Amino acid sequence: MLRSIKVVLNGVERTVDVEDHWTLLWLLREKLKLKGTKHGCDRGDCGICTVLVNNTPVKSCLVLAPEVNGAEILTIEGLAKEGSLAPIQKSFIEHSALQCGICTAAFVLTGHWLLQQGDGVDRKRVAEAIDGILCRCTGYRQIIEAIVDAARKK
Amino acid sequence: MKNFREDLKYVGKPVPRVDSYEKILGVAEYTGDIELPGMLHTKLVLSPYAHAKIKAIHTEKARKASGVVAVAVGDDFPFRVGLYVNDRNVLARKKVRWAGEPVVAVVAETLEQAYEAAELIEVEYEPLQPVLDVRDALKPGAPLVHEELGEYAHSPAFHPIPGTNIASRFTLKKGDVELGFKQSDVILENEFMMPQVSHVPLETHTSIGQYMPDGKIKIWTSAQSPFTVRHILSVSLGVPEHKISVYVPYIGGGFGGKAGINFEPLVVMLSKMAGGRPVKLELTREEQFITAPVRQGLYAKLKTGVKRSGEIMAEKILYVYDAGAYADYGVNVGRAAGYSCTGPYYVPNVETESLTVYTNHPWGTAFRGFGHFEFLWAIERQMDLVARELGMDPVEFRLKNALLPGKTTPTGEVLREDAGRIDECIRAVASRIDWGKKPVAAAGKPRGKGIAALWKAPAMPPNASSAAFIKFNEDGTAELLLGITEIGQGAETALAQIAAEELGLPVEKIKVVPFRHTDVSPYSWQTVASRGLFMDGRAVQMAARDAKNQIFDIASQVLRVSKEDLVLSDERVHVRGRPEVGLELRQLVNGYVYPNGNVVGGPVIGRGFYSAARLTYLDPETGQGYPALKWTFGAHAVEVEVDPDTGMVKVLKLVSAFDIGKAINPAIVLGQAYGGALQSMSLGLLEGYFYDEKGRMLNPNLTDYKIARASDIPEEHEVIIIENPQLDGPFGARGIGELSMLSVETAIANALYDAIGIDLKNLPITAEYIWKHIQAKKEKIPVEAVT
Repeated sequence: MLRSIKVVLNGVERTVDVEDHWTLLWLLREKLKLKGTKHGCDRGDCGICTVLVNNTPVKSCLVLAPEVNGAEILTIEGLAKEGSLAPIQKSFIEHSALQCGICTAAFVLTGHWLLQQGDGVDRKRVAEAIDGILCRCTGYRQIIEAIVDAARKK
Repeated sequence: MKNFREDLKYVGKPVPRVDSYEKILGVAEYTGDIELPGMLHTKLVLSPYAHAKIKAIHTEKARKASGVVAVAVGDDFPFRVGLYVNDRNVLARKKVRWAGEPVVAVVAETLEQAYEAAELIEVEYEPLQPVLDVRDALKPGAPLVHEELGEYAHSPAFHPIPGTNIASRFTLKKGDVELGFKQSDVILENEFMMPQVSHVPLETHTSIGQYMPDGKIKIWTSAQSPFTVRHILSVSLGVPEHKISVYVPYIGGGFGGKAGINFEPLVVMLSKMAGGRPVKLELTREEQFITAPVRQGLYAKLKTGVKRSGEIMAEKILYVYDAGAYADYGVNVGRAAGYSCTGPYYVPNVETESLTVYTNHPWGTAFRGFGHFEFLWAIERQMDLVARELGMDPVEFRLKNALLPGKTTPTGEVLREDAGRIDECIRAVASRIDWGKKPVAAAGKPRGKGIAALWKAPAMPPNASSAAFIKFNEDGTAELLLGITEIGQGAETALAQIAAEELGLPVEKIKVVPFRHTDVSPYSWQTVASRGLFMDGRAVQMAARDAKNQIFDIASQVLRVSKEDLVLSDERVHVRGRPEVGLELRQLVNGYVYPNGNVVGGPVIGRGFYSAARLTYLDPETGQGYPALKWTFGAHAVEVEVDPDTGMVKVLKLVSAFDIGKAINPAIVLGQAYGGALQSMSLGLLEGYFYDEKGRMLNPNLTDYKIARASDIPEEHEVIIIENPQLDGPFGARGIGELSMLSVETAIANALYDAIGIDLKNLPITAEYIWKHIQAKKEKIPVEAVT
C-alpha cells in the first residue's frame, strides 16, 4: 500500500510516498536518488548501507521505509556543511582510511555517531562499533586509527 | 643498495589519495549508481543442477508478463567468449555446468517486473553425473565437463587436452629431478588442499550494455580492464573495436574477480534484443557467490629432497587447480603457479606439472595473488615440515635456500642483480618477532611463532603494455589520463605523484581523470598482476618527459637557448644557472604568445607507453624461458595465541616485510599491507565454498560465508618496507598490491605447530578444524575420527 511519510532528511523536511514493502535503502537509492548509500547484500550482513536514523546507525536494508515516518535521517550526502568536511571525514583522508570507497560512507557515518557518544573512544570501542560493517580492502586498521584520532582531536 | 634518487619532492611522500574527496562525500560514481535514459533491468534464471542436460525452456508465460521487453536463452547467443581459452557461453547452451550458471535472462522495464517474470520461466533438465573433485575429474572415464574442448580456440601459451577435463597442462623441467633425489639424504612427501573462495567485492558485479541498430556498442561496467573487455567482445562478436566503447567509473573492489571479461557480453546482447535500450545487470549477493567467477581451489602434492646440511636438491610438484565449469581465465593461474612453483627458493632440480582442471563447480578466474596464495600454502608448510625433519630452524633453512640474485629460477632465468632480496625480508621479520625467543603464554593459552615467505611476478602475456597521456591546460595545470582502473589500490594517486615528480608540478595541480573510457583513455592491458605501478608508472614517466620536451621546444625558441640548457622546476622553465631568465609554465603550455600576437608552439599533450621488455613464451615441454617482468619478495612472521578449548586463534603480532624497490606513497603501501594481510587471514582461517553432495553451494551469503571483521585484525601489525630499487622500475618501484595477501595464513599455521604441535595441511584452518586437530592429538586418533 502506498502511504505518505514525513522525514527530516539531511536537515530538510520531506514528505515522500512509499510502498509498505520498500526498504529504507530502496527509498534512499532508487526513489530519492541518494546514491552515496551503498547496496551490498540486502540482509544486514555487510553493513555498507548504514545510515543514521535519529542519530543511531542502522542498516538501511533491514528497515522498512514506513518505519522511519517522523524520523531524522542522516546519509553521507548530509555530512559536509557549507563547503567544509566534517572532522571525521577529514580524519579519514589524513589516515588514508579508504580504498575502493564502496563501504566508506558506512564507516564515516558510524565514526561520526561514535564521536557524539562522549569520551572513551579507544581502539577497542571503535572496533566493536564498526564490527557490523565489512570492508574487503583496508584491513580496518587505518579506519580505526582515523576514528580514534578524530575523537582525540575533538 | 642505496636508492638512486634522494632529492624527491612528491615521490615517497604520503600525499592524500586523489580520490579521497569523492569517496568521503559519497559522490564517487560506481556503475550501480548510473541511470540512463530508457534503461532496462535484468533478472537471471540460474541452474539448480551442477551438471544437467537442458531439455526444454518454457518462456511463453514470462514473455507475456507485465513490463517484459526481452527473454533470452543460450541459443540466442551462439558464440563463446574467453581471455585465454574460448570456452564460455554467455548463457548455458545444451547443458548446464554448475549450479548457479545463468540459463535464462529476463529483461523488463523495472527490476521488480524482471523478478516477477523470471518466476514464470520453466526449465526441464535431465541431470547428469557431476564431477565435484579435481582428483575425480582426472580419473579415466570421468564425466566430461566440456566434450567439445578440442574445438575451442586458445592462446598458444596454453595446452588443453581434448577428451579429458584438463583445460590446460603446464609442465616444467629444470635439471634432473631423479638425480637430485638420489643426491638427497631426506625425502619428504605431502599433500595440501584448499577449496574455492569468493572475492567478496562489496560492490557486486554490475554492467550496463547498449547495442544500437547501427552496430555501435556502449558498455558501463565494474570491470578492472576496460580494454580487455573491448578486445574480447570485439573478437567474440566480430565487431570492430572502434565501434565498442567501454566506460569504467570507480570500482567497489575487484581483487581479480572483475578482471578479464564477465557479464558484459550478456548485457550487450540483451540490449540488442531490446532494440538498443541500455540493459543493466547488478548481481545480488547470492549471485555474486554462485554465478560470478570465484578463486579456484587447489590440490597440491610436493616431494622434496634435501641434504642433511639443508640444501634442497630436488622438488617434484603437482598442482591441480579446480577451475570449475569454465577456465577462460583460470588456465593462466595454473601456468603462473607452474613457473613460480618452488616459492622464493633456489632448487637445482625441479619437475612440475600444473593442471587447470574442469569440474562442475562455479567457474574460476583471477584472484589477487593469482595462484600464489594457493601454492605458497603448500610450499611454505612444506618448508617447515622439511626443516623439522632435518632438525633445522625454519628461518635458517629458508635462508640457506634463499633465491638470491645470480641464482636461477625454476624457468632457468638468472635472477637479476637488482631483484628484491628475500633474505633481507626473512631476516627483518625474524628479528622483529624476536625469533628464537619462546613467547610467554598466559595460563592455558599456548603461544607460538611462525614464519612464511613469498614471491611473485606479474602473470601476463609477454607483449602486455600500458600507455598514458598528460594534457596541459591554459593555466599550467594538467590532466593525467590513465588506462589502469582505480579499484582501491591507489594507482591514481601514486601515478599522479610520479607525474608530479617528473614535471616539477605539485600533485594538486594534476587532475587524474577519474574514469576510464576506451574512446579517450590511453591503452592499458589489464588492472591486474601488481603491474600497474611499474608499467603504467613507466608510461607516465615517458608521457611527462614527452610533455617536458615539447615545453622545452617552445621555451628554447622564446628564450633563444638550446633545449639542453633549460630547467623545469616549480612550474617555471629557466636557463640553467640563470634562474632569473625564464618563463612561467602557463606561458608555455598552450603556445607562447608574443605581445604582438605571434604564437610559438601550441597545446602540449605528452604521450608515453611501456611494454614489458624481453619476456618470452615458455617452452611447452620444459617451461623454460622468461615470464617475469620483476620478482617481488616478502615474508611474514607471527606470534599467535590459541585457546585449546575452542580452537580460536588470536594473532598477537604480525610483522611483514616486502622488498618493493620504492614506496611511491608510504600511506598507500601501508593500506595495501594491512588490507592484504587481513584478506590472507580471512581466506586462510574463515573462508571456503561448501557444497552438498549434488554440488550446490551451501553457504552463498555473508551469514554463512564469513569474511574478516574489525575484531579479527592482528593486535599489532608492523610493516617493514625494504627498498632495493629495481633499476628499470619507476623511481625503482616494483609494486605491492598482491604481495601483501600471500602467506600470512601459512605463517599462522606454522606458528600453530610451535604453539600446540598440530600440523595443518588443508585450508581453511577454522577454529573447528584446529580444535579437531587438538582433540585428535590428545586422544591419539586420526583427525577424521574426532566428533
